[in-house]
Amino acid sequence: MRLLIALALVLGLAGLAYLAGRSRGNRMVVAAGGRIGAVHSRPVYHGAYVAVLALAPALLVLAGWGMVGEGLIEGQVLGSLTAAERPASGNDSDALMNEVRGLVNGDLPQAFNPLAPRLAPVYAAARTNGDLLAGALAVALLAMGGLWGWSRLRPDFRARNRVEIQVRALLLIASIVAILTTFGIVLSLIFESIRFFQLVSPVEFLTGLAWSPQTAIRADQVGSTGAFGAVPLFWGTIFIGAIIAMAVAIPLGLMSAIYLTQYADPRLRKWLKPILELLAGVPTVVYGFFAALTIAPLVRSFAVALGMTDASSDSALAAGLVMGVMIIPFVSSMADDALAAVPRAMRDGSLAMGATPSETVKKVMVPAALPGIMGGVLLAVSRAIGETMIVVMAAGLAANLTANPFSSVTTVTTQIVALLTGDQEFDSAKTLSAFALGLVLFVMTLILNIYALAVVKRYREAYE
Amino acid sequence: MATVSSPLAAPAAPIAERQPTDWTTPAMQSRIAARYRAERNFRRLGAAALVIAASFLAFLLFTIVRDGWTGFQRTETRIDVQFDAATLGVDPAAVAGPQGQSLLARADYQALLLKAAEQLGPADGTLSDAAWMELREALMDNPALLGKRASLWVPVRSSIDLLAKGKYDLTAPAESRGVTDREVSDWRWLEKAGRLRTGFNTTFLFGADSTEPELAGIGGAALGSLLTLAVTIAIAFPLGVFSAVWLEEFAPKGRLADIIELSINNLAAVPSIIFGLLGLAFFLNFAGMPRSAPLVGGITLALMIMPVIVIASRVAIKAVPPSIRDAALGIGASPIQVVFHHVLPLALPGIMTGTIIGIARALGETAPLLLIGMRAFVTDVPQGFTSPATVLPMQVFLWSDDVQRGFVEKTSAAIMVLMLVLIAMNSLAIYLRNRFERRW
Repeated sequence: MRLLIALALVLGLAGLAYLAGRSRGNRMVVAAGGRIGAVHSRPVYHGAYVAVLALAPALLVLAGWGMVGEGLIEGQVLGSLTAAERPASGNDSDALMNEVRGLVNGDLPQAFNPLAPRLAPVYAAARTNGDLLAGALAVALLAMGGLWGWSRLRPDFRARNRVEIQVRALLLIASIVAILTTFGIVLSLIFESIRFFQLVSPVEFLTGLAWSPQTAIRADQVGSTGAFGAVPLFWGTIFIGAIIAMAVAIPLGLMSAIYLTQYADPRLRKWLKPILELLAGVPTVVYGFFAALTIAPLVRSFAVALGMTDASSDSALAAGLVMGVMIIPFVSSMADDALAAVPRAMRDGSLAMGATPSETVKKVMVPAALPGIMGGVLLAVSRAIGETMIVVMAAGLAANLTANPFSSVTTVTTQIVALLTGDQEFDSAKTLSAFALGLVLFVMTLILNIYALAVVKRYREAYE
Repeated sequence: MATVSSPLAAPAAPIAERQPTDWTTPAMQSRIAARYRAERNFRRLGAAALVIAASFLAFLLFTIVRDGWTGFQRTETRIDVQFDAATLGVDPAAVAGPQGQSLLARADYQALLLKAAEQLGPADGTLSDAAWMELREALMDNPALLGKRASLWVPVRSSIDLLAKGKYDLTAPAESRGVTDREVSDWRWLEKAGRLRTGFNTTFLFGADSTEPELAGIGGAALGSLLTLAVTIAIAFPLGVFSAVWLEEFAPKGRLADIIELSINNLAAVPSIIFGLLGLAFFLNFAGMPRSAPLVGGITLALMIMPVIVIASRVAIKAVPPSIRDAALGIGASPIQVVFHHVLPLALPGIMTGTIIGIARALGETAPLLLIGMRAFVTDVPQGFTSPATVLPMQVFLWSDDVQRGFVEKTSAAIMVLMLVLIAMNSLAIYLRNRFERRW
């Protein structure tokens, strides 16, 4: 809210700068007698030039303050406490700061934490100081930039070219955000993973067969020293995402793509395709709810009917089945593209030789499109192993190494969520292991994607 | 490709003289019949795959609607309330004064309700914990009621509500049906006394989360979604469109453009939960931004959907024919003017379609928000961009975890609202594409 006010103020001042620049441009045109070409740029560009010079530094200051300001204030407020009073965990201090903020903003009539009323004035003072400082700096920079730009305006000043260079710079900066995001992901995963691997050896993490991340909080607690062998998680991820889900998605997706492209009437196709796409548009949390509440009990009673005594209510099969259905439209559209890329002459040739359409599909089209279809399937696998909500809601938390689809397995994404929600301590191996799992997931999906895209690309080029 | 080998490679073998095949023989006829049968079966297999996929969708929607439509209703019971000033603890003379409304807001409605509940006889424990709010609302709307008697409909407890909606199997043995004999007999008593009715559940649409199913609503989560999406759009749309413009129109061929393109394509395929890890490690732990806030959730989702917008915008910009650019350049427009005056307006429908699809994805996303703590239990509508909030899909997740029976219908009802919004957004995208997209 405060930031919005500051933003409105800065934008308003920049608007004034624009008006000043434009009116100076207008006066130059009048002074030149309105002759075309006497003033290089049109008045709006003079205005825009001054406004950009005024706005850019001020916005930088405000953005910087918005990003780190709250953290600085928090540090100052918590620093005013003695070491004994300071909240023990990150969650506690978050709760305390929320109460302090509530008191200062007037959302909260009374605080539960006795420290909060004492901290409220400290917080208010620190915030006002910081706000004023940042605001003053922003306005000063705004005035300086604006005046400097204004002083440069001349009839022969190439304001339009300057503005266009600034716009190009803006476009470039927007593009660089993608690189920064990638770097941010890689750096934060690697940084936290290194901290994890200082506590647990990478070899144990990648090859160990036991996973129980509960570490003892107190020294005298029984058992649970924590075991970080992630193989059962990798197996569970592959079992649900790459085996069960694909056993559903590949036949159904491929067959529906074949039916839609080779057999279906165009009118029927117009109706069927959106229905298939609707499956892709259902939020994953809905699939998760459906898997946990409707499919899992069905699967369990089916297993009991088969005579299994230890059937789990969060079986791998339920999560995998629903995930497979979610992936169908994806496989179908990839197979659709791959089949469409097969040269028409091959299909026509086969039909002309007297093959039935199904023989053409089975013996000519699918073998010819196989690399493209495989690439699509790999992309689908990469999507399935990164899927989170279905497995969080329908798969279990027990790390079992089993190939029984009716028993419970856990996946990488389920564990990441389980480890990072609830109480967190940021230097325990338990929370850090989530980042190591994230790194493995990131690398796995990245390799799958790069390989699959290369396969698809090579396949397309083969027929071009 | 190795499979498409050149026809020149086949040696020209001498063709042996042979009789043409006699297709009328029974053996050949049965072969043809078998081939046609295989053809029909294959075709049926294809149709069956589509039918299975469609019926799964139908089954999903059917279960959600079957469980969820009652979530929009609530069961109410009629009680006669004597708005007694002494029980309320207010002075009738002061209520007429300027402070009247605030006095009435703070009066003791719980005591009033306790007294009124006596008339329900054996079923006096069936009223919802928040039933007193109805009394307050009634009195504050009409202060003249003070000292008078009025008949009001107030909500009942979740168990009675579910009994009235027929959600329990009463033929099941008492220990497994999930409802006590006392609750069943209370409900039967109320039913017999004609004191129950079904009303529209405004609390559900406009209220915030609660531990009691009959008081829980999606209003808070919907507002949280709105705030989060506002941040997402404000960041992702300009960034996405600008980088698409740069890549398509200005990027010099070289390493920088290649790296940017590679990062965008990879980001599009990164699992959403990884963005949550980024948000947690960078925005929360490194930059110290507030936990559970729509601001952080919005930024995280913006980074997630930016590649979607970039890819869609690039396709749309690429589809604008070069003749438009050449014509504008030819009459003296600068490259920037060409893009902003001509190319972008023509590409806008395609860009908007991609943006809406991206936003719909952000609206349905849960996993990254779980990691940045937007699973907070928030009993009030969010106050702003930095106060704790939750979003619609997260509300679905939280309720689906709740053991109370009453939350099943609330979860399904929330899913219905979420799906309606998503379908509306996707339809809008399709409409925009069909209505405004030009083919050159």
